[in-house]
Amino acid sequence: MRRLRRTMLYVPGNNPGMIRDVHIYGADAIMFDLEDSVSLNEKDAARSLVYHSLKTFDYGEAEILVRVNGLDTPFGREDFEAIVRAKPDAIRLPKTEKAEDVKEADELISQIEAQIGLEHGTIKMMAAIESALGVINAYQIATASERLIGIALGAEDFVTDLKTSRSADGIELLAARSQILLAARAAGIDALDTVFSDINDTEGFANEVKLIRKMGFDGKSIINPRQIEIVHQIYRPSESEITKSLRIIKAFKEAEKKGSGVISLDGKMIDKPIVERARRVLELAEAAKVVME
Amino acid sequence: MKNGVEREIPEEISGLGALKAYEKQFINGQAKNTQRLKERQYNPARNKIIDSIETAIKATGLKDGMTISFHHHFRDGDYVVNMVMDVIAGMGIKDLTLAASSLNKIHAPLINHIKNGVIRRIETSGLRGELAQAVSNGLMNIPVVINSHGGRARAIAAGEINIDVAFLGVPSCDAYGNANGYSRQNNAASACGSLGYAKVDARYAKQVVLITDNLVEYPNVPFGIPGSQVDYIIVVDAIGDPAGIMSGATRYTKNPKDLLIAQHAADVIEASGYFEDGFSLQTGSGGASLATTRFLRDRMIARNIKASFALGGITGQIVELHEEGLIKRLLDVQSFDLRAVESLKNNRFHHQIDAEYYASSDNEGSAVNQLDIVVLSALEIDLDFNVNVITGSDGVIRGASGGHCDTAAGASMAIIVAPLIRGRMPTILERVHTVVTPGHTVDVLVTDQGIAVNPLRQDLYENLKAAKLPLLSLEELKAKADRVVGKPEPIKVKDKIVGLVKYRDGSVIDVIRQVKEVL
Repeated sequence: MRRLRRTMLYVPGNNPGMIRDVHIYGADAIMFDLEDSVSLNEKDAARSLVYHSLKTFDYGEAEILVRVNGLDTPFGREDFEAIVRAKPDAIRLPKTEKAEDVKEADELISQIEAQIGLEHGTIKMMAAIESALGVINAYQIATASERLIGIALGAEDFVTDLKTSRSADGIELLAARSQILLAARAAGIDALDTVFSDINDTEGFANEVKLIRKMGFDGKSIINPRQIEIVHQIYRPSESEITKSLRIIKAFKEAEKKGSGVISLDGKMIDKPIVERARRVLELAEAAKVVME
Repeated sequence: MKNGVEREIPEEISGLGALKAYEKQFINGQAKNTQRLKERQYNPARNKIIDSIETAIKATGLKDGMTISFHHHFRDGDYVVNMVMDVIAGMGIKDLTLAASSLNKIHAPLINHIKNGVIRRIETSGLRGELAQAVSNGLMNIPVVINSHGGRARAIAAGEINIDVAFLGVPSCDAYGNANGYSRQNNAASACGSLGYAKVDARYAKQVVLITDNLVEYPNVPFGIPGSQVDYIIVVDAIGDPAGIMSGATRYTKNPKDLLIAQHAADVIEASGYFEDGFSLQTGSGGASLATTRFLRDRMIARNIKASFALGGITGQIVELHEEGLIKRLLDVQSFDLRAVESLKNNRFHHQIDAEYYASSDNEGSAVNQLDIVVLSALEIDLDFNVNVITGSDGVIRGASGGHCDTAAGASMAIIVAPLIRGRMPTILERVHTVVTPGHTVDVLVTDQGIAVNPLRQDLYENLKAAKLPLLSLEELKAKADRVVGKPEPIKVKDKIVGLVKYRDGSVIDVIRQVKEVL
């Protein structure tokens, strides 16, 4: 089954208490952060802590990512050297603006993989886009490496670059969200939305999640475990969606068995995109632990 | 013979014995009181109100070696214990047994009274702060006796704890001693709600001294303590610090781990077989156990289930469920926040109960015996499900027995909620440092990383398994934690016993030994 990324939970790389058992909250993905949440004088300690945590703890089913510092900073190279060796599922690149940023990281990862005898391409990548230039180049970024599993919007830096600030309805992010989503879909990878910082504003958070789900995003970066359940609830398909999707898949399988090219259900033709959508609904339903008979 | 109203009365009646004829006298030779109510209340000749604590102590005849008692409804805002003990010490009285319902951080000044021989022995439910540290370091020659709330009430009723003088702080009181933890006449500054623990002392102590900062008009109804049990009253400026007595409203925890545990606990309750209309419950005061009610609420609404009563320490959250119609009755031995106090004052089905009614093991009708479900916290739990809520991971006393073992024994299902790991310490040990609640009365452990059912409860295990809850054995859960934090070194103790932990029936369930100072 394809990996779901409804929730990607940030954990500051310098917080041992949280790092130890962050998987218990049930986020689809966990992202250990060595970048913006770690102050300059703690970069080395955080890198070491995250490295050893990944080597020591069993994080169960969750997809594990590490957000490293950019290769244009004094910490980037060392982050890659250590983190690739800790073998997370993926490395998240901050502030990518052009395809070269991704390619540079890809090459470095390839070198390290070769050094430690890891199969080429084992470590995946995700790229965060956090500037106007990055948004303009979104498709080039999204197609810059085979390792990429998704691109994500980082809104705080982006709105500053845009000379505005974040609002409740998110109109200032509309262009960036749309562009990133289109680029991701065109490249055949996931699109992740930005964080929502006011953890006590559950209503505002839920509204934003509803919006990005409707737009087509695969999920959202989150900063507190309390946000997980809200996202998962909103991404949970309705009973009627599930029932319908189950019937579609059943009809599709029967048609396949008969070798029939044309599928119909209740007198309506079922084509490939409808089957795809039904699959997606069932994946989400399964992730939401809906019992399907 | 003719009696005082000129009626012929026989000297004796067969089967009833000799008769005493009415003599037309007032009791104790006093004349009929013809004063108006207002004057009568403050009549110096009949007045229970005494000008100072010292006068009251003299009047009670308190002597060396006697037993005095206090309640802990003012928690860390309590002024009464220190105020009274300072006067007693000043009067040169020694060798007292201090039988408090519990003691808190604010009672650190007792250390000096112990050193000076004023206090020789302590009975309490809990100890915290500097006093607890000093006791753990061997301050006292005779071990502190730790009682559960039900165990203390039982021991007092049975005369095992024989209180000579009870000094009870009361947030409202009239001139006759009708007292309560609030008042319907005004907003008592030191309001604490229920006087559940103090009521036992008032009933059984040989003499009762009330200390109040809120003298109200007679009759102070409803009262938690009736004036008939009261000997003396002292009015002071303040009996406690309202900020330390309680908060406005206990808020649900925002700690994601506690919330996760609470959610699992609600899952357990829902699947247990006890979650049906008319069930009864109690939640302890920890963040996760309180938060359980929040998750339970949604499920009660969804399945149209109402609880018959909630018991024990009552918080604003429980009150909200009551006011929503989800819990029919509240039996309140201790009110945890002002929201609960307001409810006790105004809601007719929010009822004040005393500790004996609540949890005494000698009382078959104890409310704890009517509990379906109790959700309790733990500092440590061991592979036999024994629970420690009294000593920390360093062996130092830092908690209270409370109603833990009482409710675990009484409830049909006792759920312990605790994080699998605290800081760098595992919660599950091979053997807990101190047993407060025996494992055979504990049914389920709910952690953030899995649920363990006591093997004695195969029925429960089947129910929870059918609901696909993440069940593991205690051993498996322990191994999970040990992989992360390793096995802790055993706590180093000396031979000297500094505390006796009594079970609710008065038997000794464990001893606490002096800790070795860590360099």
